[in-house]
Order: sequence, then C-alpha cells, then structure tokens
Amino acid sequence: MTDLTVNNQTLSSSVQTQEQRQQKVRRLLLAPSLITILIIGVLPLSVVLVYSFLEPGAFGGVKWNFSTNAYVQLFFEADIFDGSLSFTTAYLEIFWRSISLAVMATLGCVLVGFPTAYFIATQPPERRNIFLFLITIPFWTNLLIRTYAMLLILRDEGVINIGLQNIGIIDQAIPLLYTEFAVSLGLIYSFLPFMVLPIYSSMEKFDFRLLEAGFDLYANRLKVLWRIIIPIAKPGIAAGCILVFIPSLGAYITPEVLGGGKSMMIGNLIYSQFGAARNWPFGAAIALILMAVVLISLMVYMRRTGDKGGLSHG
Amino acid sequence: MVDIKALSRWSSFKKDKLVDLKYQPGFSQIAWFCMVVLYAPIVVLVVFSFNENRSVTTWTQFSWDWYIKAWHNEGIQSASLMSLEVATISAILATLMATMAALVTTRTQPYAGMNSAITIINQPLMVPEIVTAVATLIFFAAIRKVTGITGVGYLIAAHTCFCIPFAYMPIKARLEDMNLNLEHAAADLYASPLQAFRRVTLPLLMPGIVSGAMLAFIVSIDDVVISLFVAGPGETTLPLFILGQIRRGVTPEVNAVATVFLLISVILVTIIFLVGKNKK
Amino acid sequence: MVTPKNKKGKTMKKTIISLVAATGFGLLSQGVMAAGTLNIYNWGDYTSPEMIKEFEDKYDIKVNVDDFDSMETMLAKVSQGASGYDVVVPGEATIKIMIDKGLLEKVQPNKMSNFKNIDPKWVDVYWDEGRDYSIPYQWGTTSFTVDTDVYKGDINTLALMFDAPKELKGRINMLNDMNDVINAGLRYLGHERCNSNRTQMKELFDLLVKAKPDWRTMDYSIIEKLTSKDVDLSQGWNGASKRARKDRPTLSYAYPKEGFAGWMDNIAVLKGAPNLENAKLFMNYMMTPQAAAMASNFANYANGIKGADKFMSSDLNTSREIVIPAGSPAPEFVPPCDQAVTDLYTMVWTNLKK
Repeated sequence: MTDLTVNNQTLSSSVQTQEQRQQKVRRLLLAPSLITILIIGVLPLSVVLVYSFLEPGAFGGVKWNFSTNAYVQLFFEADIFDGSLSFTTAYLEIFWRSISLAVMATLGCVLVGFPTAYFIATQPPERRNIFLFLITIPFWTNLLIRTYAMLLILRDEGVINIGLQNIGIIDQAIPLLYTEFAVSLGLIYSFLPFMVLPIYSSMEKFDFRLLEAGFDLYANRLKVLWRIIIPIAKPGIAAGCILVFIPSLGAYITPEVLGGGKSMMIGNLIYSQFGAARNWPFGAAIALILMAVVLISLMVYMRRTGDKGGLSHG
Repeated sequence: MVDIKALSRWSSFKKDKLVDLKYQPGFSQIAWFCMVVLYAPIVVLVVFSFNENRSVTTWTQFSWDWYIKAWHNEGIQSASLMSLEVATISAILATLMATMAALVTTRTQPYAGMNSAITIINQPLMVPEIVTAVATLIFFAAIRKVTGITGVGYLIAAHTCFCIPFAYMPIKARLEDMNLNLEHAAADLYASPLQAFRRVTLPLLMPGIVSGAMLAFIVSIDDVVISLFVAGPGETTLPLFILGQIRRGVTPEVNAVATVFLLISVILVTIIFLVGKNKK
Repeated sequence: MVTPKNKKGKTMKKTIISLVAATGFGLLSQGVMAAGTLNIYNWGDYTSPEMIKEFEDKYDIKVNVDDFDSMETMLAKVSQGASGYDVVVPGEATIKIMIDKGLLEKVQPNKMSNFKNIDPKWVDVYWDEGRDYSIPYQWGTTSFTVDTDVYKGDINTLALMFDAPKELKGRINMLNDMNDVINAGLRYLGHERCNSNRTQMKELFDLLVKAKPDWRTMDYSIIEKLTSKDVDLSQGWNGASKRARKDRPTLSYAYPKEGFAGWMDNIAVLKGAPNLENAKLFMNYMMTPQAAAMASNFANYANGIKGADKFMSSDLNTSREIVIPAGSPAPEFVPPCDQAVTDLYTMVWTNLKK
C-alpha cells in the first residue's frame, strides 16, 4: 500500500511533461494506417484528377494535352444529326437512376434493419449473440454467389414463382427478375448487415428500463419510439446509411446480374469509358463527379442530422 | 405463432411493464422476415450444390458429384487458396493498423489534425469501388513500371487499404465503450503503459479486435471490382474465378465451394463464440 | 523514472517502424517470377486444363492461367504495361489495337517450326498481316440462337431481334456489347459497319430504341439465360449456342441472311513479357494439331490449325453451330472503328441505355 502511494507521488511530479511526450509518441500509432491510406487510397485519386483534364489517346489511354472536354461532354454532346453541340441529359439520367436506386436501397435497409437491430438489442444477452451470429453468417458466402442464388429465387421458374403457382395464388409467373425491384432487393440484401450491425451497437448499451419514464411522459409506443429510441439509434442509423448508400451508388455487378443490364448505372458508365468507349479522361471525370456527389450528399446528410440532433436537444 | 405472442404481450401491457416496455408492434416480425430474406439464397445454393443435374434451376437427384468435381478443379482450388491468403494477410495487417489508430483517436487528448486523421481513415469508405479500382490500376501499373517489382503484394496492399476502416469501426466503438477507470487503475498498478495496455486494455479490447478482423476478412474475401483491376498473374481470387465463369453459366461446383466455405466459417465463428463465452 | 519511459517510447517507435516496414515488405517481398513459369491471361472457362497439363509436363514449365470477364478488362489492365502476363488471347479487333499501340512483342510465329500447320486462310488476316505477332486460338461466329418450339418461322433473319414477332417479344437477350449490337443493327438496315454517316446512325438509333422494349436482358451469360428459359432468343456465339442446346434441344443457331459477324481469338505475347522464351514455346506448341484439338474440344469452337479435326470430337466437326451451312453469307470480321466512329457508337449506346 505504502509503496503504491509513494509511486503515485513520484509519478505525479513528472506527470505533465511525461504525459505530453507520451501523447505525442502515441500519435505516431496513427502513422501506419494513415500512410497506407494516403499512398494507396488517396494518391491514386490525384492520378484520376490529372487524367480527367487530358485528351483521350487513340484506342484507350491518354494523350498528354490539357483539355476540359471530359467535363463539357458530361452536359453537352455533338448532335447525332448535324454534329452541333447541344445539352444532353443522358448522363444526368444515368446519375439520377443510380442515386435513386441507392436511396431506395438505403431506405429499404433502414426499414428492415432498424426493427431487426432493435429486436436483437432487446433480447436477453445470450440470444443477442446468437442473433448477431446469424446476421453475419450469410456474409461468409461470396456475394457474387449469393447474387446468383437470388437469381434462382426470383426468376420465372424460380422458387417464388413456382411456389406461388403451386399454392394456386397465381397461374402465370410474375416477372420479378430483371426489374428495378430486383436490383433494389439485391442491393438491400447485399448491404443489410451493414445497417443492422451499427444500429445494434448504438442501442446495445441502452438501459431499456429507462423507457418506463418515457411511457410516463408520452404514454404511447409510437411516441416513445420516435422521441426516445430513434434518437438513441441515430448515430447507428447514420453510420449504416453511409455504409449502404455509397457502395450501392457505385455498384455495378448486382445491377447487371439482377437488372438484366438493359440500363446503365454510374458504375457501368465509368467502366465502359475505360473499355469499349476508349475515353479514359471522360471515365476519370465521371468518377470524380461521382465522388463529388458522394461527398456533397455526405455533407448535406451530416448537416441535416446535426441540425436535427440540435433541435431534439433544445 | 409470433402473432399470438405479440397479441398476448399487448394485452399484458399493464401487468408486466418490464418485459413489455421494449415491445414495438411488428418489429419482431420484421426481424424474422429479415432472417428469412438473408437465408433464402443461402438455402437455395446449399440445396443446389447437392443437385445431380448440371442446370442450377431444376432439382433432379441428390449427389456429391459437384463436391468431388470442385475438389479436383485446380482453378477453384488455387482461387480459393489465393482468396484465403489475401484475405488473411490483409485482415491481419488492417486490424493491426486499425487497432493502433483507434487507440490514438480514443485514448489521446484531441489535437489539431485528429479529425482530419479520422477522415483519412474513413476515406476508403467514401469512394465508390469502381473509382478506387481504376485509380489503383493506373497507379500500381506506374509503380510496377518504375520499380519492376511484381507480385501479390499489390493486391494485398489494395485490400489492406480498404479493410482498415472496416476493422477500425468496431475497435473504436469498443474502446469508446470501455470503462476508463479500469485503465487508469491499471496505469497506477503497472509500471509501464505497455504493460498496462497488455494486461488490461488489450484483453478488454479483444472482442472489438476480433469483430474488426472478421469484418475486414469478410470484406476482403468478397471483393470483386478492385481485385479485378489489381490482381496480377496467378492471383485469381475466388470471386474473380466466378466472374470469369459467368459467361458460360455458373456450375453447381461453385455452389459446392460456397457451401464448404460457409461450413468452415460457421465452425470457425462458433469456436470463437464458444471460447469467448468460456472466458467470461 | 524518465529513462524507462523514454525507452518505452523508443520501443514503441521501433514497433511502429517495423510495422511500417512489414507493410512495405508485403509490397516488395514478392520478387520477379521464378524461371520456368508462364502466365496466361484468357477468357474464363476457355482454356483446356488437359492442354495446359500436357504443355507443363512436356516443357517442365509451371503455367498460371487467369481469367478475364471481358476484352475491355483485359485491355485496360495490360495497356498500363507491366501486368506480369506473358500470353494474352485477344479477339481480332482488340489485337489490331494492341499491335498499333505497341503492346505486343513481335515474336514472329511465322518463323516457328509448327507455323506450317496454320490453315493458309488465317495467315493473311487484316489484324495481323502475315502473322508476325499472333496465331489463331479459336474462331467462331456471333449470331443468335432461337428456341424453334417457341418460334416456328424462318429463323435466318435479323428481324427476329430488331422487329420481334409476337412470340418472341420480351423474350430476347442481347449481348451487352456495344459493337456486337450496333453492328447487327447496321446489318439489318443494310448500312456499312464503322459507320460515320450521321443520318444512317440516326436511323440505327431509332431502330434500337424501338426494339429495346422487346428485349428482356442485355447480358453476356447467354448459356444460362437460354437454359434457364429466361429468354427464348439470345444473341451470342456459336459454341455457347451448342453448349446451350445440350440442355435445351429445341434451340437452333441462326445464320441470318443479312449477315453475321465472325471473330477470332488469337494467341499473342505481351511486350515485356517476363517469360518470353516460354511464351514462344507455348505459341509453337499451340500450333500442333493435338493441342489445338484439345483447346477446341474444351471450348467448343473451331481452331485454325490444319489436321486438328482428326483429334477433335466428332460432333464438333459436324455440328450445325460450327460448320457454316452452304448458301449462308460469309462471316464478316469487322475491324476496330476509329475514334470518331467509336464516339458516335458510344453516344448511341449511352443514349440507348440511359
């Protein structure tokens, strides 16, 4: 006992300088991850930025001449008849489709994921773990394979249609596959655990006995849900939305497999510029614009959730 | 079944407040629906991996054929091994780095630049995969040309990079939840911060690290787009192998491999789960 | 007290440095490929394992075969250089581009001992006049496959795709390939391929827009689309059609009177290939009738090697998909269009799929 106190005293005398030094040393622990991401994640993006201001090379690649054509092309195209430049909505439509599908997927994930996370969080601790376990298991199977399995379920001669026909609810197969519905479903399915897990972890620590006070105040389940539970789950919902929205926006294999490939998504558009279209600068420009869309929506989103948070406190 | 339970809970609202406070109508049904949706494709692919028929659409007869064929398929074998190798190394590297980073962002006083550091760590999450893929392709090709170095390192580096934020999130969350008093007490008890870290913080942090590593592993083993652009010769991962097969139709061999992977992972996760439970 | 803490700081620094080094090491550790290997980059499920095995045993060379999912992926990857691959298998239009861009090594297969086995009609081809860079791998045609139980009329017309009869409306899969779809449309209209005539291209665009609602999907996985009965007509390659017919016997491959495309995949060696000599050995090996036959038996297409038919399975030599019936137009091998036309094609394609 005495030893400890002595030790403590000596410590506290030199504690300030040491603390500071230690703090600085500790910051170095950030270095490996920062260096890795800066070199492998951020630096290549600057290459994309440079490429977007160059001219396309013959049959792919780039020519090292400065040009802003890639950005002009996004909004104006040479008319198919006379070659004059006119405003085009083609790319905007593709962006719009991708964004709306990503929003739909995100909403779908919230609608299914929030109740699921809530349900898990309100289970006894033992069962919670089992449920979490169950949520993550499908993840261990390759997403491509799972997407193909969805194909088997949704197609005209798939599990759902054959099942419904056998029960006698329908006589003819409902075309489920190769629709935007199938794509949204596929995206929701792919990213659902990314929604459930953060929401769960934001609610896990909550002492649900506190709800009693809520019932005294609001006396209505819906109000309790709205005023107490959702605000608590909010950070989780926010994190989940980001984790679902961004990959959905850039997704290009799921839409192709389940959507049938008749309409382009941003991902396909970018990919095709580096491939068949042989216009790398344009591909780079669209990629950057896509990133800008992501960043802007993140900023808007954060500001909005931030404001709401402020309101609910005040 | 569920409905009746729900109804009875409703009616007992007044009697047993404690159980019932948490109840929200419809939520448990949605949760079960969610489970069904998550598992339906898995059930289908497991079932069809035992189908004797080549077509993946109609069931004919039970057989082990596809497992035997997959076992003898060199392409599938080496792709599976490559996937495991890349995912394991990337997950370990990413988890190490993410743990260190999370310790800084939660256990040091905030300083100028910390927020930008956090933003950088989250950067891979903010960029759609196709953009990263194309950017990395151009960048790595330039490095290869200049240095002449080839090999699986590039693929691992790319995977490690996008795995870091996934590993970081659960570790950070765990650190934020942990009781600081315990660590302060430990700091008083042990002479060095490293000892305190090893004896107290690390064991408490372990669940976070394990889930971080698992998340990183899963994200890596599932990746298609970035791998497609970055992988060099002899570095076909399982998703790439499957992608290459798509034009000719996916055979149930692939389903068989997926089933085996699933089985292994269930066993693995169960072991981790049970070990964790015994420790408690 | 200060000294030990400082030490700790140092150890921590050391750990960090070693970790950074380890990360870097992960990047660097994999050195140049060992001698005695060969890296092949080919379409998925298109390389006979039997053929590779024989080559490996014969020359004691370890072969890595990697798959690409589209010509575009392959070109994007290797055009950056230093991909590490030795042998690639580009199609005829792609190989033309690759030669023009200087991506291929001039290995002169025409001076190799087995060159005499190449069918003369595949020597002076537009994409590699005299074969200084490449040899034939497989060749075939791109047309379409119809279920003759669903549509009982004459199948040898492109009208089935672009002006679909009632039975086939909404039951069509097109290839998700800009050039294949647009060129087929141009054939149907009777216009030139690689067309820069804006009036004709506008006509084509209108045709495609009108036809698109009748198409169910635009996808490369044609065998699966046909055998799963998702569609009753699919644009696609002859060998794939043959494989689909095994599961759905009522399928028939069409040779439309308006014309159809021919294609040839060629074995070529990348500039800067790490295993140049092995790549040449492989090229020479692939000109033996036995090896070519193994490739064909696996992939279900014809090859360009004389005498290979003796080793090929009999149904390949006789099947309707492989042997073009007399009276059909000759397959057309379309060269890559120039950038202006490609831009026009891209505009049509993007507006079609927007």
